[in-house]
Amino acid sequence: MSVIKAFSPQSPTFRLRLGKWLDSAVAETVLLPALGIATFLLLWSVVASQINTSLGAFPGPVQVSQQATALISEHRAEREKEAAFYQRQEDRNAKRLEKEPDFIPKIRAYTGKATYLDQIVTSILTVLTGFVLASLIAIPAGIVIGLSRKVHSAVNPLVQLFKPISPLAWLPLVTMVVSAVYVTDDPMFEKSFINSVVTVMLCSLWPTLINTSVGVANIEPDLQNVSRVLRLGRWTHIRRVVLPSSLPMIFTGLRLSLGVAWMVLIAAEMLAQNPGLGKFVWDEFQNGSSQSLARIMVAVITIGLIGFALDRIMLYLLGRVAWDPETATR
Amino acid sequence: MKKPYLQLSHLDVEFQTKTGVFTALKNVSLDVHDGEFISVIGHSGCGKSTVMNVIAGLTPGTRGGALVNGREVDGPGPDRAVVFQNHSLLPWLTVWQNVELAVNVVFKGRKSKAERDEWIAHNLELVDMSHARDKRPAEISGGMKQRVGIARALSMEPKVLLMDEPFGALDALTRAQLQDSLMRIHSELKNIVVMITHDIDEAVLLSDRIVMMTNGPAATIGEIEPVELARPRDRLALANDPEYNRKREALLRFLYEKQRKVESLPSGPSDDVIGDEPVPALDDTRGVA
Ligand SMILES: Nc1ncnc2c1ncn2[C@@H]1O[C@H](COP(=O)(O)OP(=O)(O)OP(=O)(O)O)[C@@H](O)[C@H]1O
Ligand SMILES: [Mg+2]
Repeated sequence: MSVIKAFSPQSPTFRLRLGKWLDSAVAETVLLPALGIATFLLLWSVVASQINTSLGAFPGPVQVSQQATALISEHRAEREKEAAFYQRQEDRNAKRLEKEPDFIPKIRAYTGKATYLDQIVTSILTVLTGFVLASLIAIPAGIVIGLSRKVHSAVNPLVQLFKPISPLAWLPLVTMVVSAVYVTDDPMFEKSFINSVVTVMLCSLWPTLINTSVGVANIEPDLQNVSRVLRLGRWTHIRRVVLPSSLPMIFTGLRLSLGVAWMVLIAAEMLAQNPGLGKFVWDEFQNGSSQSLARIMVAVITIGLIGFALDRIMLYLLGRVAWDPETATR
Repeated sequence: MKKPYLQLSHLDVEFQTKTGVFTALKNVSLDVHDGEFISVIGHSGCGKSTVMNVIAGLTPGTRGGALVNGREVDGPGPDRAVVFQNHSLLPWLTVWQNVELAVNVVFKGRKSKAERDEWIAHNLELVDMSHARDKRPAEISGGMKQRVGIARALSMEPKVLLMDEPFGALDALTRAQLQDSLMRIHSELKNIVVMITHDIDEAVLLSDRIVMMTNGPAATIGEIEPVELARPRDRLALANDPEYNRKREALLRFLYEKQRKVESLPSGPSDDVIGDEPVPALDDTRGVA
């Protein structure tokens, strides 16, 4: 009897043990997150089976994981086809070379369709390109704005105006401008790539710009005085005082910007038809097969995981550059 | 007598605040001659740092101003170095780099790289900090940081060394040690030192003259107390010296009788009363210093 009592939820020993158990480090880092995820999966499969769409029941975790495996095996199959394609060409060329020694062999590039993994790579490349370009503009501009109250007053209304603009509003304009300006016979980049990059850039500029300018404007007055008393030149002042002291703020801005960039990218790819995850979602949606919803769910989860990974990388970098260990843990 | 190297003449400093104009300093005049060690003492918030900032060229005077070597101060210059109250080293630079920053600005073009390095090493040696040259400020103690701040200031070879409560945040032993170093350095370099302090013993031990400021707002110089003790001074020997104790008493009397600080009510910071209240017996306040 007493055994049953000890394990009944009302008994104080049970509560004590549960409490202790929940406080342990293992529970915090492994068990509780696992519990959260398990609950989510359970709820998902229950709710999913209740929702009937025109494409059949909403996919549950099982269907989604099946599609994830399917997408990976499609990728493998495509790569094998590609290898076989090149192999065939080489064989053919070798044969022909035997017959006509002065034949110059040509290799035609394989133009199979992009696999799911290819699309992930494209998305990551696009977002990083847009993000790097945005940072190259936003950090110097933020420093200039932060250093001068006058520049700040002049620029601030514009920043506030441009900051809340959605990528969907930019994209048509960007598309038109890019097709007008970017005309070459031998394009190094696809137009759709450039459209996405520019849109990502326009939207992800602002957090870095604003954080940099705030960081620069709020350098400790004592350090400003040091700089004045030592009469540091403008460049030395920026390099030795301004940059290091606003580095944590700059990186916080970069982290926010990268998050924005990743969100914007998916929308931009959908519309610009840049061959990335966004286009994948859009194509599946248009396709409307019985597997489409499950495939879109795979993409949704992938988008979340990559966004999470990018954020972690930025957090790690922030910890590396911060001279003050306090700021790294925020 | 020779012309004073550093001169404050009828200096007023006003600050624009949200509630109107705040007069921090009113009619401050002071002459300082070559090699003099001056302490400025006064209650918190009376305007000591403001005086120093005017000399340093960080705060402009509203009326009157500071003259250094006959020229009006209109900004910071290499002839006036500052040791800040909270050391103000750049946290991302090593001890060496912090001093180097100052040396590079002052001696660029005048000294070769090797000479500059030697000069940095020399100044770190002066404050006994050579052993920690590659450490960052976060890795050294408060007293060590203050030493590096002094080395940085000295490395500019300033005619005037301005120090804002340089030892305020330190424990008594470290403070005594740094005071001794400072006396030694001053006797070697013979530059002007203007040091703000809260510590009566420190003021008497180090100074040639002690400037006592009245309470703000509109603070000014109340009295100037010359200290005619032979140098080098020894803190132990001075403990029973009648002149030393007379000066100490004069300072205590000024701070705790004439300029007794009545704690202001929470309602407003500027209603300090210059005390004509009954004065506590001197012995009661000796311990405060
Ligand atoms: N930039 C400023 N704007 C407005 N008021 C100021 C400014 N700087 C100083 N004050 C005021 O001037 C007065 C003198 O300030 P100051 O810092 O010189 O005092 P202090 O004697 O150095 O005090 P402490 O001993 O506490 O350092 C104070 O009442 C302060 O509030
Ligand atoms: Mg002060």
